[in-house]
Amino acid sequence: MPEQHPDFDPETLDGGSGLVGVSSLAVEGGLLAGEEADIELRRLADEDDLGAADEVAKKKLGVVFWIAAGWVILLALLALLAPVLPGLADPVEQPRGTDALLEKSLPPLSTRVDGDLAVLGTDNLGRDQLSRVIYGARVSLAVGFGSVFLGTLIGGTIGLMAGYFRGRLDTGFMAAMDILLAFPALLLALSIVAIRGKGLVNALIALTVVAIPTIARLTRANTLVFSQREFVVAARTLGASHTRVITKEILPNTFLALLPFIPLGIAVAIAAEGALAYLGQSVELPDPSWGAMISEGRPQLDEGNWWVPMVPIAFLVVTLISLNLVGDRLREYFGIKEGSL
Amino acid sequence: MFVVKKLAQLVAVLIVVSFFSFTLLTLLPGDAVTVRCGVGCTQEQADELRTELGLDQPIPVQYAKWLKAVVVDRDLQASTVDQQPVAEALRQRLPVTLELVVYAQLIALLVGIPAALLSARKPGGAFDRIATLFAALFISIPNYVFAFVLILLFAVTWQIFPAANYTNLEWLMPDVGAQLSNLWENLRSLFLPALCLALAEMAVYSRVLRNDLISTLQEDYVMMARAKGLSPSYILRRHALRPSTFSLITLAGINMGRLIGGTIIIEAIFNINGVGSYVAQAIIKRDGPPLQGAVLVIATGYVLINFAVDLLYAVLDPRIRHARATS
Repeated sequence: MPEQHPDFDPETLDGGSGLVGVSSLAVEGGLLAGEEADIELRRLADEDDLGAADEVAKKKLGVVFWIAAGWVILLALLALLAPVLPGLADPVEQPRGTDALLEKSLPPLSTRVDGDLAVLGTDNLGRDQLSRVIYGARVSLAVGFGSVFLGTLIGGTIGLMAGYFRGRLDTGFMAAMDILLAFPALLLALSIVAIRGKGLVNALIALTVVAIPTIARLTRANTLVFSQREFVVAARTLGASHTRVITKEILPNTFLALLPFIPLGIAVAIAAEGALAYLGQSVELPDPSWGAMISEGRPQLDEGNWWVPMVPIAFLVVTLISLNLVGDRLREYFGIKEGSL
Repeated sequence: MFVVKKLAQLVAVLIVVSFFSFTLLTLLPGDAVTVRCGVGCTQEQADELRTELGLDQPIPVQYAKWLKAVVVDRDLQASTVDQQPVAEALRQRLPVTLELVVYAQLIALLVGIPAALLSARKPGGAFDRIATLFAALFISIPNYVFAFVLILLFAVTWQIFPAANYTNLEWLMPDVGAQLSNLWENLRSLFLPALCLALAEMAVYSRVLRNDLISTLQEDYVMMARAKGLSPSYILRRHALRPSTFSLITLAGINMGRLIGGTIIIEAIFNINGVGSYVAQAIIKRDGPPLQGAVLVIATGYVLINFAVDLLYAVLDPRIRHARATS
């Protein structure tokens, strides 16, 4: 074992080694992939614009952060309370008889036959779009938050262990992560869903597996840096056990460094769930999810009813941008620059 | 030493990737014996079929046989839905997907590099700020959303590019005119899907190159060039661009795999008969062999590209060769 770990490189958050090591900049899979590239991009973008003025300004989260966070919180509340919200239509109820023809693909702010207002219009089966998009948010948010939570739990543990203990454990864990990264992310997620079957839980499992290697590598890189810092050495010298050093000294620091990436990870997972749902591999129809709504709206584009797919797309885009802004602002707030770790 | 180590790693990863693809079929619901034997299958018949298919042998033996069939005979079995051999289907579909991916890559580089040069000329200037904003948007929004927006604008509203029915690229047309018009139609019909795949890459390339350019511009030799009185744009293009392209080259190589992953959904949206839509179909129909074959081909290609990029990177930058070899 050389004095310094071969992959130890405080300049980058990626401690990648081996064959797919360089690929940390851009992990496969298109939409799933954004995460690491994103992170790298933000690091690069930040390097030159954190001038003296920003040093002072960055201690405030700013109004943009609160608008973005507000949207996510509002959406989460609506999603949670969907079954008890007054006036919200049944998301799977279709109009029957003659109404069915009259209520198909209504544009936003149309009035239904019975006088009810369809705020965001109806889809091609006459179902209420507002209701579907709110119920769809339950799926997106559950999978997004859930997979990142589980991914952080599992990937974070792997990263902490690998980065702290190094040696064989590190090599083994990181080889396993590299193998997961050897598959384009969307392909991996789809294969897992193909094996386990469709449904919310399996989509959650698939996206957790996809999230694990990225989070593990980020955590490991941070752990590598922190475990060489004076306070850790001091704790060890004072006789603290490995468990204590990991949980009391390293974990809080690595978690803080990881925190701003969590909203970004959630955004990536929500986008990926949309892709799975688009291909019909998330929740079973007719239960709504954003991806399935977008997919069902595809023929409506050609028929001129563009608002049908654009309603879920608008919700998806606003949510993704909000999560990205939240992550961005958090990172600036904590003054995290990979180089400074 | 460096190459030997990398080759050993490559072989190890390829074995794992192929083994994963192999197990994918056994993990998929719907066991091959039950599917083939059909309704009213007796236990004896099932056992007989199991022996015939070699499914009663130990897993390593099965894997070795499967690998031999794949590598030596190029046999990837056949679809359980329409009985088309998977190898044949992949041969037909691979060129379309590769064209789409290369097309996307070209668009991304053709827009990304000039954008980076313009941004680096005046970091923090108007162009740079707008480019930063667009880059952030392009990175955080998934490609299928772009597909819908672009279809709505360019295919439905203005009808400049088609949203489906792409024209296949035909070689050996009777005359040059027909060949050119086929090529034109082909490029036109693949433009929107390629653009959807390209936007995120474009954003990454332009940002990464911009930052590399800015740091290169701090070098002494650039100051020297400036002192000689060379124009800023000349310095940017002739002195700074080449040494700043390391990250870009690496990224461009790695992103080929990432782009292939992106084709799964983009080909499904635009109705393109490539490998991506083949995967999508296989998953929707729970058709094992096509999924297995496609996963094997895509993952192997991806691993090989990463390997090539690693080597290329080491060739371009001797420090890496040195650092990795000594560690």
